Amino acid sequence: MNYDEAEGLNGGVTTRSIDVSAAARDRTAEGSAAQAETSDHKMVVRDLNFYYGKYRALKSISLTIPQNRVTAFIGPSGCGKSTLLRCMNRIYELYPDQRASGEIVLDGRNVLDKDQDPNLLRAKVGMVFQKPTPFPMSVYDNIAFGVRLYERLSRNKMDERVEWALRKAAIWDEVKDKLRQIGTQLSGGQQQRLCIARAIAVKPEVLLLDEPASALDPISTLKIEELISELKDDYTIVIVTHNMQQAARVSDYTAFMYLGELIEFDDTNVIFTKPDRKETEDYITGRYG
Amino acid sequence: MFDLYTRRRFINGFNLTVSVLATVFGLFWLVWLLWTLLRQGLPWINLDVLTQPTPPPGSAGGLANAIVGSLMMTAMGTVIGTPMGILAGTYLSEFGRGSKMAPVVRFVNDILLSAPSIILGVFIYEVVVVTMGHFSGWAGALALALIVLPVVVRTTEDMLRLVPDTLREAAAALGAPQWKVIIMIVYRAARAGILTGVMLAVARISGETAPLLFTALNNQFWSSTLNEPIANLPVVIFQFAMSPYDDWQHLAWAGALLITFSILFLNILARVLLRTRQSSY
Repeated sequence: MNYDEAEGLNGGVTTRSIDVSAAARDRTAEGSAAQAETSDHKMVVRDLNFYYGKYRALKSISLTIPQNRVTAFIGPSGCGKSTLLRCMNRIYELYPDQRASGEIVLDGRNVLDKDQDPNLLRAKVGMVFQKPTPFPMSVYDNIAFGVRLYERLSRNKMDERVEWALRKAAIWDEVKDKLRQIGTQLSGGQQQRLCIARAIAVKPEVLLLDEPASALDPISTLKIEELISELKDDYTIVIVTHNMQQAARVSDYTAFMYLGELIEFDDTNVIFTKPDRKETEDYITGRYG
Repeated sequence: MFDLYTRRRFINGFNLTVSVLATVFGLFWLVWLLWTLLRQGLPWINLDVLTQPTPPPGSAGGLANAIVGSLMMTAMGTVIGTPMGILAGTYLSEFGRGSKMAPVVRFVNDILLSAPSIILGVFIYEVVVVTMGHFSGWAGALALALIVLPVVVRTTEDMLRLVPDTLREAAAALGAPQWKVIIMIVYRAARAGILTGVMLAVARISGETAPLLFTALNNQFWSSTLNEPIANLPVVIFQFAMSPYDDWQHLAWAGALLITFSILFLNILARVLLRTRQSSY
């Protein structure tokens, strides 16, 4: 039994908790930041640096992602918010000249560790991208593709799972008669909700959304935002957005980033009403960015 | 003295005229070639051409053994060259990024792509024909495979690169290992393009003469085994067209017509496929 002590960045709140499983699973238990895992904090980022070749895009980022809440990253273009998101499922590793150092602790394990299988990590940490990316196959197979990777379901169970995911993503009624149609033939907003359904279908714990509504019209955007609010009961959600109103509407916590640094991280209400830092205020009042 | 608009219209008209003339000049020779081929070849196309083997001079016959030989060697050459080509193209596009090996492979492949086919024929002659002690259909098929290989490598890489990285990311983000991403998503998205490349390679080898002269040689008789010298259209055309016998020359025209229109058909089919690919994805 371990008494872990963790200091969240938000307001220096100290949380104490008893965590048996994390310590038991944790190979780097001694004095490691991995112990910071608590029931409130789904992910803990510590001293994260990121490099595109020689260019340092993230500078010592530390923050905690609360469980079953929506956390938003805002900031001007090129500030590193998408990069930070892409570290959380190690998707950056698809490109040979990109690397990260530091720690991102999920369920007591540093996911940046070499012995973490990135594919298993990604099955647990889903992601939806800025541009809708339906696979060149039927709507049904778009959903089933991810599920088949890690689960062997009977025909019936798979049908149920596909319907469940599509309902959850609020697109079932629109596509239930088109399940055999190619996914790329849906409208942009439908494609994006299909991608969300696809991410949900594998039942991840964390959902990373990289500007999920920036390519969509206002009505589709509204649907996606409603969806995010509903999904947070079951998932921990991290969203990157250019749109500050969107961050204010959907998120519980907001991180403001600028030039690869985390400037401020707090309650969304605080960030948008009385931010601590001048840079944050300047940004949200539209003075730069 | 001229206002801007008049000047632009003049330049536009001039350039348009020159472009059209250049196009007409190019098409003129092509149409002439096809016309001559049709005029000289069409009268000799009949059932015998497709069913009878090549005759001795002065007697009736067809091109059946040459057609069969060509089909067999083209098929084998494609079957040998395509899988290697697709795998190498996949390496270049999917695994070789950022490696030092990939640019070398790509460069060597480009050399192979532009190598004169007679060189490939001589190479196979030296390596296979001399070693085996006789000409054979297999040697011909191997020489053709060497021509197929670089074409398929190149088109596979190009077509895979057209698949947006966001699609690979999306599949990887679900936890799919790289080989599944490639086979189930990337290949599927590039399928029509790769198939087009293979068909263009087939079109290219079905008319190759030089590499077959040194490898498969020719055979006056029926032969359905690749272990012996085997008749094939390009070499038969070459031999018959050079001969002093009228009926041989007629058969050469008929064969030339057959090859040209099969290749034309393959090219058109490839283009149609490519077009459906672009509209569906």
